Amino acid sequence: MEKTDFKLIYKRFTERSILVQWPPKINRIILEDVLNFKNELLKNNAKQILQVANAYNSILITYHVTIDNLNTEVSALKQIYEACVSTEKGDTKLWNIPVCYHEHFGLDLAEISELKKLSIADIIKRHSEAIYTVYFIGFLPGFLYLGGLEEQLHVPRKSKPRQRIEKGAVAIGGSQTGIYPNASPAGWNVIGNCPLELFDVNKEPPCFARAGDQVRFYPTDLDEHAKISEAIKNGSYNLEFENSDD
Amino acid sequence: MIELLKAGLYDSIQDLGRFSLQQFGVPYSGAMDQYSAKLANLILGNHHDAAVLEWTLLGPNLKCHSNALICVTGAVSDLKINKHAVKQNMALRIQAGDTLTFGAAQKGCRGYLAVLGGFQTELVMGSRSQYANITAEFRLKKGTRLPIKEQTLPKQLQKASVKTPTAHFDTKLIEVFKGPEYDALSETQQRALTSKTFTVSKDSNRMAYQLNEHFENELEPIFTSLVLPGSVQLTPSGQLVILMRDCQTTGGYPRVLQLSEQAIDRLAQKNIGAELRFEF
Repeated sequence: MEKTDFKLIYKRFTERSILVQWPPKINRIILEDVLNFKNELLKNNAKQILQVANAYNSILITYHVTIDNLNTEVSALKQIYEACVSTEKGDTKLWNIPVCYHEHFGLDLAEISELKKLSIADIIKRHSEAIYTVYFIGFLPGFLYLGGLEEQLHVPRKSKPRQRIEKGAVAIGGSQTGIYPNASPAGWNVIGNCPLELFDVNKEPPCFARAGDQVRFYPTDLDEHAKISEAIKNGSYNLEFENSDD
Repeated sequence: MIELLKAGLYDSIQDLGRFSLQQFGVPYSGAMDQYSAKLANLILGNHHDAAVLEWTLLGPNLKCHSNALICVTGAVSDLKINKHAVKQNMALRIQAGDTLTFGAAQKGCRGYLAVLGGFQTELVMGSRSQYANITAEFRLKKGTRLPIKEQTLPKQLQKASVKTPTAHFDTKLIEVFKGPEYDALSETQQRALTSKTFTVSKDSNRMAYQLNEHFENELEPIFTSLVLPGSVQLTPSGQLVILMRDCQTTGGYPRVLQLSEQAIDRLAQKNIGAELRFEF
């Protein structure tokens, strides 16, 4: 693919960090450009850079030391951006993630069904047929920001957030869907539960998925959910993935 | 080893935090007032990133089970070894069997205890800073035993103590830069941000400081983007929220201001009700 040159905005964020902003849109073309730049920065400039993180349409670059001259740093960044080429395909993965949509976990399925005039089976089918893109990880350790929820399944956040939802809760908030890596207060609508560990402090890296990867959910029953949970505890579970072809 | 006989209001082990993990959603954590944490380590000759104990408003009671060299900085309180008043901001010798008590903060909000060599508590992802679901515990409880390095202590100690500038606790001025969405504010709003006096709300903790005063807001939420400790967010209901060390890594509210590193340290010493003004 031809490299698309977006008009980027460079802003000083703190004494030691610079924010780079793409046009305010959520799409995979922007994401690809964001990740290309991010990877190039991590490759090229590792010494001065403490860390680089991305969101939908921004990158935050934090340096080890105070930025003396913003213009010098920004021109250096612009040069790296202009020189960076599209990364080779084949290093992104499609993860097949088990989700139990049983009513035991899917606390808000009935309400969504009524609101959207869709049967519960239809909601599950639509939610598990789509392929989602991991835009970035944020909010909680291991929380994947996923793009690609079909419009029929957009459900406003609950007017009264729950004090606590379970670890692994799969939920919908507005146009977004996600999995809670740990128990948390939440305003999203819970539709199921995923038995996987989304964040493991003992693993390097701590998350199996990376920004740019893709995710597909597959429905399981309560029995299989319990079996997977058990296998994860024993360390005998192998998470399945395919190499992403697009 | 140092044992926590009685917990304070909120005690935790902190160093300067976790880095390079923001891309996995891991908060920075780290000492709220890094100036004071670094000062305590500097006085002992520790690495500036050595783990210290942070206490909030009311300090813990500790018992030392080995000889150690310690230094206390940050919030000013009724610091005592075996019921004898001792000074802050200087190296102190403490013997096995001694008790160390802090009492309540009389000035400032957060105090720090450093030991020679740093606390040797669990190291998770490159840091000993406690945080829920990252470390086994997110705060210290009564009975917690904190391992320290057993080592030969120096024979001679400096008798002088180092002064912390009074402005560190007293100043109302909080140094800021323009946040990424500052330019989206109207001129009136921009003027109000730096001319109004704000006060710290009771909903203030290691994650964020909230301000009591309502602030007119017509800004649209942004696509979730990156935030840092010191980012000042403006919520749809018109509340100003200053993110602190344990903040989430991303947020969807406009970031109107960004505190300087020094300003974060100074804000960390402000208690509920304290007044502040933002200054460029």
